[in-house]
Amino acid sequence: MNRRNEEKLAIGLMRLSLYGVVLILAAIMAVIVVKGFSAMSWSMITQTPKGGFYLGKEGGVANAIVGSIYLAGGATFLSLLISVPLAFALQKEYSSGRLTYYSRLALDVLWGTPSIVYGAFGFIIMMMIGLRSSLLAGIITLALLVTPIMTRAMEEIIRMAPQELKETACALGLTRLESSSTVILRQTIGGLLTAVMLAFSRAIGDAASILFTAGFSDHMPGSLLDPVASLPLAVFFQISTPIVEVQQRAYASALILFIIVLLLSLLSRWIYLKFSQNVIK
Amino acid sequence: MPRRSSLDSLSQVLARIFLLLAVATALLLLVGLFLKSRPILMRVSLWELFSGDSWRPLRGEFGFFPFILSTVVVTLIALLLAVPPCLLAAVYLSEYSSRRLQQSFRPILEVLAAIPSVIYGLWGVLIIVPLTRTVGGWLGHANSGYTLIAGGMVLAIMVVPFIISLSMEVLLAVPAEARLTALALGCTRWETTRHVVVRHAQRGFFAAVLLGFSRAFGETIAVMMVIGNVAKTPRSLFDPAYTLPALIANNYGEMMSIPLYDSAIMLAALILMVIIIAVNLIAHRILGKLEIR
Amino acid sequence: MAIQIRNLSVRYGAHQALRDVSVDLPVGKITAVIGPSGCGKTTFLKCLNRLIDLQEGVQVSGRVLVDNEDIYAPQADLLALRKKIGFLPQRPFPLPMSIYDNITFAPRIHRLSEAELLSHINGLTTAVAQSGNGEVKPIGRHLDEKTKWNLLVENYLRLAGLWEELRGRLHEPAARLSVGQQQRLALARALAIEPSVILADEPTSALDPISARLIEGQFKLLKDKYTLAVVTHILRQARRIADHVLFFYMGELVESAPAEQFFNHPQHQRTAAYLSGEIS
Repeated sequence: MNRRNEEKLAIGLMRLSLYGVVLILAAIMAVIVVKGFSAMSWSMITQTPKGGFYLGKEGGVANAIVGSIYLAGGATFLSLLISVPLAFALQKEYSSGRLTYYSRLALDVLWGTPSIVYGAFGFIIMMMIGLRSSLLAGIITLALLVTPIMTRAMEEIIRMAPQELKETACALGLTRLESSSTVILRQTIGGLLTAVMLAFSRAIGDAASILFTAGFSDHMPGSLLDPVASLPLAVFFQISTPIVEVQQRAYASALILFIIVLLLSLLSRWIYLKFSQNVIK
Repeated sequence: MPRRSSLDSLSQVLARIFLLLAVATALLLLVGLFLKSRPILMRVSLWELFSGDSWRPLRGEFGFFPFILSTVVVTLIALLLAVPPCLLAAVYLSEYSSRRLQQSFRPILEVLAAIPSVIYGLWGVLIIVPLTRTVGGWLGHANSGYTLIAGGMVLAIMVVPFIISLSMEVLLAVPAEARLTALALGCTRWETTRHVVVRHAQRGFFAAVLLGFSRAFGETIAVMMVIGNVAKTPRSLFDPAYTLPALIANNYGEMMSIPLYDSAIMLAALILMVIIIAVNLIAHRILGKLEIR
Repeated sequence: MAIQIRNLSVRYGAHQALRDVSVDLPVGKITAVIGPSGCGKTTFLKCLNRLIDLQEGVQVSGRVLVDNEDIYAPQADLLALRKKIGFLPQRPFPLPMSIYDNITFAPRIHRLSEAELLSHINGLTTAVAQSGNGEVKPIGRHLDEKTKWNLLVENYLRLAGLWEELRGRLHEPAARLSVGQQQRLALARALAIEPSVILADEPTSALDPISARLIEGQFKLLKDKYTLAVVTHILRQARRIADHVLFFYMGELVESAPAEQFFNHPQHQRTAAYLSGEIS
């Protein structure tokens, strides 16, 4: 085959792949949006399930929306308390050597661990301390899941801060702690907040880890120790029933979840721009 | 002055504590799962567990073979379907498309990666399952639609954004000089791409595929929604199957009442984790050498 | 403030970056540190305020006496040392905050007392007047704290020749300044820790010729009050500003001499070769 033709063929194949990929992904969104909209109603968003909801009678998934926000919010907050110090601790200013090596390894391990394993692990712990399925157990399990994600994202962002800036801070007579907590924090705040958003959106979409740790409930979340509903599980349970009306609700619930994730992604972009005004590239 | 220095020393100590915390959590996870799966490991040999294909917890038969086979096959189908177009698309984006297209593609990939798996699962139930039923019927494999191949297809779509964005990072890390050198020798764009860029990126691609593998291997909900969940060794792609993560997810609740059942489920979690850790670590070593994480 | 370097050697793993350097930096003068790239001049500079510590896998031996204290002694107070020494990096890096905060940041971190603040401001007025960047009247202690900080910022910006350009935009992010302005801001920021020594690492290499001239001009104005060491790879810049020259070649200090003598009667063959352009 001649050189030019080979190139043409290759480009053709690559274009085909790209368009194919885009097409399929567009199809997913289209199906979710179209199906979701036709099943959507105000009561889906504003009401909790009434009696007979799972037979196709009245109600909505307000309990799951609020529950998901509580779960993801709680997990993100908990994870933030660990991720920020950990991300700084992993920088070479604070430590190098064996401990850092092993904790990086540990984070790689935790990062790769699938959410169902966290779910199983969370379940063991719950059994051991006598906790039942609850908001608290769900939050802790989700926090385990998203902490490695958040930490890795933050660690990378901090590591990417320009060396010259670190030198400048150092040359002004700042200690490591002062440098991290003022100069570097200000420089990286936009990126750190995107890492937080990333963790939140992972937490709100995960189902496997909370399947048995958070449980499910038809009421608005009450205390930390009560089971709580969540959107991903609402979708999962609704689609698993044989009743068509309930399956319709799964489409609507999925659309709500999809819109939340989309909004989070936009919000994260906006936050990044908003907080990066001071940043030197 | 001394206060500032002592605060700084304190921060050093705190840093150590947090690093230890990370190590401790990982150890706790592994050791916890191991201890929980020990009862069954003491009773039944590993070989029997892995090769046995009968899963009857009530009779004390715990054969993991159908689950392991299903998980591996589903994952391989997903990669087989996803990897070639993903790599081609990534190469096109990085070598042939304008900067603007590249930039506008990035947020799309990010959103796609953030879509919860339950949504992919739902889509699978709506589109892939009926499709499988129809196509299977044409091919003479009457099926319910909830099959191995349906799981593989849904999973393939789920790993697409992941593999494309990782491969693009790998391609971006190929030094521009390498391309310029080849172009200066009179190579066409495609020859440069094929002989220079792709060769540079080979190991990175491999790592991207490995990470895709580990992603797919542990995926629970989406696969569980379309694969049928029948604990029997599948004979064809149009048979229902049952993956390890689905096994765990479906049996959490009742596992307490039957002897050894909980131990078997935790063993499933342990197997899953060990395989994924191994694959992940290899991938990260490779990417670490390429200075991509 | 005197800086004496005794038998300073630096290794990065197997690479010997500096070999047995002993020299004194003259007080109140501009010392230019020159040499081809990779000769160890930046390493030398970074040893003087121990910024070298941030590099990984580096071994330093020998002594550096700042104000007669060995900064490599185990009990050395690094924070105090760095407060005595201002540093100007190659590429200006404004701190990620407003112009105003860039100046006040370090003094605030170092917890400057009000009395010190006052004496700094008054101490600066003469320097500002001499620098020809306008005039600020000495002030009394009756002013409130906010005004004092404002005056402090004004004085340092004047000293760096930035005040007239920036007086209206003090609260903008410093990242919006031009690179030349950023470098002068970096100078003002370094001056604000009231150092006695200023180290500059190729401070004009990222700048346009006009900004570079402005920086050079500032250095000449500042040399009465400070000991300056400027790393440069531009021979003509060294000729323009230096009172004293150190010439490094492949990690060794080849020659240290007053500028006049260095440029007109170099003592070493390698110096002569470098000056004439035979080696670079």
